[in-house]
Amino acid sequence: MADTDGTATTEHGHDGETRRDFLQLATGAFGAVGLAAFAWPFIQQMNPAADTLALATIELDISKIEVGQAIKVKWRGKPVFIRHRTKAEIDAAKATAAGDMIDPEEDTARVKKAEWLILVGVCTHLGCIPLGTKQGETKGDFSGWFCPCHGSHYDTSGRIRKGPAPRNLEVPEYTFLSDTVVKIG
Amino acid sequence: MAQFQKPGWLDNGLVRWVDHRLPIFTFVSHELYEYPTPRNLNYWWNFGSLAGIILVIMIVTGITLAMHYTPHTAMAFDSVERIMRDVNYGWLLRYIHMNGASMFFIVVYIHMFRGLYFGSYKAPREILWILGVVILLLMMATAFMGYVLPWGQMSFWGATVITNLFSAIPLVGDWIVTLLWGGFAVDNPTLNRFYSLHYLMPFVLVGVIVLHIWALHVHGSNNPIGIDTKGEQDVIPFHPYYTVKDMFGLGVFLVFFSLFIFFAPDYLGHPDNYIEANALATPAHIVPEWYFLPFYAILRAVPANFVGEWATAWMGLVFIEAKLAGVLAMFGSIAVLFVLPWLDRSPVRSSRFRPLYKWFFWIFLIDCLVLGYVGAKPAEGVYIAIGRVATIWYFAHFLVIIPLLAKFEKTKDLPKSISEPVLGGGGGSASAAASKPMEKV
Amino acid sequence: MNMIRTALVAGVVAVTASMTFSSANAAGDAPHAPEHHWSFSGLFGTYDRAALRRGFEVYNGVCAGCHSLRLVAYRNLMDIGFTEAEVKAIAADVDVPAEPNEEGEIEDRPGIPADKFKSPFANENAARASNGGALPPDLSLIIKARLNGSNYVNGLLTGYTDAPAGEEVPEGMYYNANFSGHLIAMAPPLSDEGVDYADKTKATVKQQAEDVVTFLTWAAQPELEERKRMGIKVILFLLLMTGLLYVLKRRIWADVH
Repeated sequence: MADTDGTATTEHGHDGETRRDFLQLATGAFGAVGLAAFAWPFIQQMNPAADTLALATIELDISKIEVGQAIKVKWRGKPVFIRHRTKAEIDAAKATAAGDMIDPEEDTARVKKAEWLILVGVCTHLGCIPLGTKQGETKGDFSGWFCPCHGSHYDTSGRIRKGPAPRNLEVPEYTFLSDTVVKIG
Repeated sequence: MAQFQKPGWLDNGLVRWVDHRLPIFTFVSHELYEYPTPRNLNYWWNFGSLAGIILVIMIVTGITLAMHYTPHTAMAFDSVERIMRDVNYGWLLRYIHMNGASMFFIVVYIHMFRGLYFGSYKAPREILWILGVVILLLMMATAFMGYVLPWGQMSFWGATVITNLFSAIPLVGDWIVTLLWGGFAVDNPTLNRFYSLHYLMPFVLVGVIVLHIWALHVHGSNNPIGIDTKGEQDVIPFHPYYTVKDMFGLGVFLVFFSLFIFFAPDYLGHPDNYIEANALATPAHIVPEWYFLPFYAILRAVPANFVGEWATAWMGLVFIEAKLAGVLAMFGSIAVLFVLPWLDRSPVRSSRFRPLYKWFFWIFLIDCLVLGYVGAKPAEGVYIAIGRVATIWYFAHFLVIIPLLAKFEKTKDLPKSISEPVLGGGGGSASAAASKPMEKV
Repeated sequence: MNMIRTALVAGVVAVTASMTFSSANAAGDAPHAPEHHWSFSGLFGTYDRAALRRGFEVYNGVCAGCHSLRLVAYRNLMDIGFTEAEVKAIAADVDVPAEPNEEGEIEDRPGIPADKFKSPFANENAARASNGGALPPDLSLIIKARLNGSNYVNGLLTGYTDAPAGEEVPEGMYYNANFSGHLIAMAPPLSDEGVDYADKTKATVKQQAEDVVTFLTWAAQPELEERKRMGIKVILFLLLMTGLLYVLKRRIWADVH
């Protein structure tokens, strides 16, 4: 812990003495180091606390999601879409050439297992939640998701195909712990 | 000999440009570099600036704690524990804040007793002293409300007991208590408003401290000899002499403070406050924080019906409730400090030249410690008697002894000037002590 | 000279005041808890990891039947040497209510490391109803919530004796030499070989008490080790800094004296 004297002591060097006093410099340097060390906890306390970090990774059992279904779960305060893609959806995602897209990216770069598409469900335009996860919701022109705020259309790989959004839906960091359990974060 | 000169940086172009529009640099130069301070201040004069620094530490830690605290009866206790367990360095911030309150009172009490010993409250520093008493009152209110926030058993029952004191006020007492609570007991509305006020009060405190320092800088510091400065030979500039002395004192103090924070963080607190508040079960002994103990002893010292009957008989105030007497005594113990400058008419400030007052000062200090001790004990048996004697002595000291001493005490001859004894010997304190061999402190 | 005198007087007053104060907390009539030397006491004390692990086994196997530990999370066990896999298994052993499902029903799910220790009773009334009207207190802060807490709890756990002749022990109460009033509603919780320690330590009552007190002290003060470590560094730094300031002060004041 330190003290508030860092500034006060360093200023001693100006009080009319011609010789630079080593002692004053040393004390001033000490004070500055102490003050900086003292400030650190006050800055660090604003970072996520241990209980928040403990929920920064979640483990999900995905065995109950049928082919063609998708679920929405909350992760780090945001929705995550997990879609068990059908053969047709996978083929559609793979068949489309990425070259002309707004944010070109191959489907294989966006999934770890072709049948499982995992995305952060936040439109890259202005942060709305796109529709298309639940049965019956509109999926947009490309059978993926549709953002109702400004009309962005995402395909079955979560890539932006039409509308104002600049980037594809973000793929979170995840790993498959087993065939049925996925760890997100 | 010390030099009074404006600092070199006042000639800097940017400084001059700003200063022409907002003379903040001239102000700093005037109050620090050119401000004349008696050359003979001893280490007891460190505690004023120390108190200011603690207030800053309290405000900074308090603001960060407020980022994590939840002022709701259902969540307050757990949110404090979350700070202790999950928030980064949360335990450190809370232990600094918690023990900082105690440190604040230690330092301010020493600061006050210094004023009592050296007669710092006397003309022309009466307003300076009165502002100091206002600061003490504000501190007490702030500390009390802060102690409620963790919502432990002592928080809750301390708040209940203290707010109930106001019910002793004739006619409007119960109305006031309900108003304070915002309900029919200490509950969520109470917690919310205490939190709001606990956040506000320190800034009011800062305002009064500015006035306190302003009043100080009009006539300058008193000094251990208690005579006015009589020219350049008696004074030195505040900076660098007292800045470096204050910083050294701060270093010593921070070591003391750190011992509590890191090695005995709960030593000054009460275990019951780690039990969540329960409105249906009172702890066995309700004890306030140590810094309120002397006042708590005075509160309990007055026999329940003694002054009540007295007042009834003499003033016809039939509606006075018994507990009002104790409450009046407690507030009176602080109120008497306000009029101290007029109770003590002795022209001599420093105890060094008041052979009798000096003894009574020490007796008074012991009396306050005895009151603190009694305040910590259950109100039963011998403690009641001791508490009453100590309470009577407390008031007698101010209302009888001090006025009488002012009249009859034969004071010692005062030196002609501060520099006279200083220049006469090797150092300020050594020569001052040498010229008065009977001195105790 | 001046400084030493000031420090002395201030010190004497502070010590007197603090003695005044600590006598305040000792005002209760509880028997004085027997002193014990703990691994975590002293300036450099740290928690004995093996004792913590055994202490958890005692808590989990014995205390947890009645006493909650609601402020501690399973993940916290990783701070005292449990592996992630162990913690996951410990957490998964309990069922906790999940978020409402699609139909709005609340089902149970297995616990995860981020969950707090599951409480044995749903609420205070349920706890009282199962314990003859007495409320088994939460143990997360019990060490801080009792004066001289570690010694107190240790004394309590090992303080069960036969009542002295002539003393009546009512139905549902037990005689404990170290409990205020001597009559306690908690049946003697520990018995020799009452738990099977994974590390094969002989589970005497004394051993179990010591271990569970170590565990509960950690539960109340998980920051203790970091706090002391930081404290040593901070104080060394401050002493050095203060020494420098003292020399500087002497230098600056040289022309005044």
